Amino acid sequence: MENTQFILYEEEYKKINEIILRLAREANAKFVFLVDKNGQLIAHCGDTEDIDTTSLASLTAGNIAATSGLAKLLGEKEFSVLFHEGERDNIHITLIGERIILVVVFDHRSSLGLVRLRVKKASQELKKIFDELTEKIQKEMQAEELESPFSEITDEDIENLFSE
Amino acid sequence: MSFINYAAREINCKIVYYGPGLGGKTTNLQYIYDKTNPKSKGKMISLATETERTLFFDFLPLNLGEIKGFKVRFHLYTVPGQVFYDASRKLILKGVDGIVFVADSQIERMDANIESFENMIGNLEEQGYTIKSVPYVIQYNKRDLPNAAPVDEMKKELNKDNVPDFEAIAIKGTGVFDTLKAVTKLVLIDLKRKTGA
Ligand SMILES: Nc1nc2c(ncn2[C@@H]2O[C@H](COP(=O)(O)OP(=O)(O)O)[C@@H](O)[C@H]2O)c(=O)[nH]1
Ligand SMILES: [Mg+2]
Repeated sequence: MENTQFILYEEEYKKINEIILRLAREANAKFVFLVDKNGQLIAHCGDTEDIDTTSLASLTAGNIAATSGLAKLLGEKEFSVLFHEGERDNIHITLIGERIILVVVFDHRSSLGLVRLRVKKASQELKKIFDELTEKIQKEMQAEELESPFSEITDEDIENLFSE
Repeated sequence: MSFINYAAREINCKIVYYGPGLGGKTTNLQYIYDKTNPKSKGKMISLATETERTLFFDFLPLNLGEIKGFKVRFHLYTVPGQVFYDASRKLILKGVDGIVFVADSQIERMDANIESFENMIGNLEEQGYTIKSVPYVIQYNKRDLPNAAPVDEMKKELNKDNVPDFEAIAIKGTGVFDTLKAVTKLVLIDLKRKTGA
């Protein structure tokens, strides 16, 4: 399952964005983003303009990977919540299901208690969407109905990527 | 495992540079970073020790352009080569779409190359992959050194699967982009096969 293709469609993307937008608002967060365990950014919202979201995504995934390595060493299944406290900003990281990471960055305008509360609800909703999405992809793969822009890729397309 | 995002119209793939410590993996990424135009790259991140040995990973995001209206993004990672960092290597291999094995051509590093290659196969199998199912290429680096082993000999030891392989001098950039291009090609072809009806 972890090795199946990860695909995000417009429909789910919209729903996901609505949830994290609401989460950001209700938790008074600076920004919120979703990353997949391999370090790829799925969605983000809030004041992310000055933030290098790609790096953030990769480091978050590295962080989660290292922590889950630690958990295994200790015989824990997973540490599903991580919290880093800074002088100005704090980061709250939650695992959603097997492969999605929810990150909330907040400052003094919010509190850990509030973030925790709002994250709880949002995670449940997100989990449902991602579970359904996984099911959908697996079904399509089995039925070989998976439509991909890459099924018709040509050698020329690939060559062109390097030709500027 | 690649990630196709229909909403943002982009596809993301993960390439890992694997190989023995000090073989030149970080140097490959550094060269790619230096030679790529600013619009097409993100920040390069190195989680390194004070002596510049890779501690956890290096990371370089690249935008290669577009295919069929989708932005093609590759995330390049290196692993720490030192034997005792095996736990970190396993983590970084998760979700890999393609591998560059960077071998150190120095004859006295031949054992280290073989050990690292076998370690890679073992770690892939632990993640539920086989070496046959993951696209990979081999780079024989440090060809400039006088104690470099003959390429034929290295091929015999490391390239039993006859995958694309390249001689390189990563500090000068020789062979670096040829290697990258070859692995991205294999990954995209693999993607086509996996998602093709
Ligand atoms: N002579 C020579 N030295 C190289 C070459 N590529 C890398 N190096 C050097 O080898 C050392 C280790 O390289 P590094 O990229 O850190 O190795 P890594 O441990 O695989 O990441 C550095 O001092 C590099 O400058 C090469 O092609 N020729
Ligand atoms: Mg290194």
